[in-house]
Amino acid sequence: MSEEGTIKKLMYVNRKAPYGTIYALESLEVVLIGAAFDQQVSLAFVDDGVYQLARNQSTDGIGMKNFSPTYAALGDYDVRHIYVERESLETRGLTVEDLMPLTYEDEDDDWAEKDSLRVVDSRELAALMSEQDVVLSF
Amino acid sequence: MPLEVNGKSYETDEEGYLANITEWEPDLADAMAEADGAALGENHWEVINFLREYYEEYQIAPAVRVLTKAIGKKLGKDKGNSKYLYELFPYGPAKQACKYAGLPKPTGCV
Repeated sequence: MSEEGTIKKLMYVNRKAPYGTIYALESLEVVLIGAAFDQQVSLAFVDDGVYQLARNQSTDGIGMKNFSPTYAALGDYDVRHIYVERESLETRGLTVEDLMPLTYEDEDDDWAEKDSLRVVDSRELAALMSEQDVVLSF
Repeated sequence: MPLEVNGKSYETDEEGYLANITEWEPDLADAMAEADGAALGENHWEVINFLREYYEEYQIAPAVRVLTKAIGKKLGKDKGNSKYLYELFPYGPAKQACKYAGLPKPTGCV
C-alpha cells in the first residue's frame, strides 16, 4: 500500500460497448466512487468502448437504464482527462461529433467551462498509459 | 417495509429508500422526515429539489462533496458548506436528503 496522502495517477481503460455486459456501468461507478479519494484520474476509451460516449443513446428496446447522461457529471467529480483513441473511432466510422461533449468547470479560471474530452492516437495513448501508476482495464 | 402515505402504500428498501423513484410525491418526503423526527422547511426543500433536478439531468445522486460544491454555486456560498447542509440533514446531507427526494442512495456514499 502507498503512504497516506500519496496522489497516484490512475487511468481507467474502457474497451467494451455500453450495454450487453456490465463492464461500462461498473467502470463508471468505480470512477465515481474512487473520485472521493483525491487521486489524479483519467479515463481512456478504446475499441468498442468509444460507443459508451456516443450521443443520443436510447435503451428503450433493451429494458436497461440509459446511464449515458452520467458521463456528463464526471466534471463535477473532478475527472478532467478523458481520452478517446482516434483509431478506434475511425475503424467504427465515428468522429468526435458523434460523441457527447464532456466538460469541467475550472475554479481557478473563474469557473470557465473547458473540454475534458481529447481524441488521441494510439501512440499518444500508449505514452499516457506508461505515465500512470495504475491502469485499470474494463 | 412499505410506507403508508395518504392511504397509499409505497415500497421501500431496508434502509427506507423508495423502491420506485417514479412514485415519489412531496408528501412522501414530509412523511419520511416525520418518521425521523424532523420537519421539512424551505431550506430543506431547496436541497431536495436540487437533488431531484440533478438526478433528472445526470441519472445519479451526487456524492456529498459534489452536492456541496454545486449547492454553493447555485444557492450561494453560505449554503454551499457542509456545516449548513449537516444542520439541515444531520444523518448526512446526501444520504438523508436523497432518501426524502425519493432517489437511490448516492453512488459512492461512505
